[in-house]
Amino acid sequence: MAKQGAARKTEAVEHGLKSERGVGGGGRAAELDRLIHERVRLGIVSALAVNESLSFNQLKALLKTTDGNLSVHARRLEEAQYITCTKSFEGRIPKTEYRLTAAGRRALERYLDHMEALIHATRQG
Amino acid sequence: MVAPRPLHDRALDNLRFIRQTMERAGSFTAVPGWGQVAVGVTALLAAFLATRQPTPELWLAVWLGEAIVALAIGGSAMVRKAYAVNDPILSGPGRRFGLSFLPPMVVGGLLTVALYRAGLWHALPGTWLLLYGTGFVTGGAFSVRIVPVMGICFMLVGAVALFGPAAWGNWVMAAGFGGLHIAFGMIIARRYGG
Repeated sequence: MAKQGAARKTEAVEHGLKSERGVGGGGRAAELDRLIHERVRLGIVSALAVNESLSFNQLKALLKTTDGNLSVHARRLEEAQYITCTKSFEGRIPKTEYRLTAAGRRALERYLDHMEALIHATRQG
Repeated sequence: MVAPRPLHDRALDNLRFIRQTMERAGSFTAVPGWGQVAVGVTALLAAFLATRQPTPELWLAVWLGEAIVALAIGGSAMVRKAYAVNDPILSGPGRRFGLSFLPPMVVGGLLTVALYRAGLWHALPGTWLLLYGTGFVTGGAFSVRIVPVMGICFMLVGAVALFGPAAWGNWVMAAGFGGLHIAFGMIIARRYGG
């Protein structure tokens, strides 16, 4: 049991090292890691994890970023099906709203586990 | 050449970023610090006026008047701050804060009527402070950490008022609605943008 845990930890750390160095193995896990690792995208997913939904303007103010930057990163997450985007009108004003999907929440949880594993492993080392 | 930061530091930094983003995104930050300071000052004036009232009815009238003034000052300051920090009041954390804050206030209103009818004047300061504090503790779950801490302080002062001598009534009202509002208002204003 302990051996299995240690093996899992080592694997996670190795995965972390690869991702941090930007030379991931090309597998799905490494790809997912890089997707969420970018600061604006990590911020979007983290903010949506504690809110049912957030509008484009709320996310922009929260992450202190530009329209273009937020738009590009949100689209990457949308393409990965980590978030969903709904467009509507409030009166005559268009409103874009984002929500975290189950896949997005799982990706954030994996990312958190991954970071914790890195910290534990480097402390033990 | 700059040495690369250790993995451990970067991982910690990432976790810190996630936590801070979640805190900011999940918190209602439009609790108005300066508005609270203003409410505290009017509460001190009300406490001074209340001590000079000859009858319990007039004493109650002073504090009900103060409640209306405080609601007007606090409400307008909250709307102004919410607008300034782009923090919606009617949705998300702001809505949850309001829905949690409101029930203790309604209970406070009903208990005021009940205690007035029963002639239990001395129980009013403690009841008001306790329920006001409860509102900030429950609503504060959706706000920055200092808000529920402020609520607990109101509850402690309320407990002193409820179980202390009746003569302390105006003093604890001044300490709670005056002193705590001013002290926490200044901290909130300095740390959380006004």
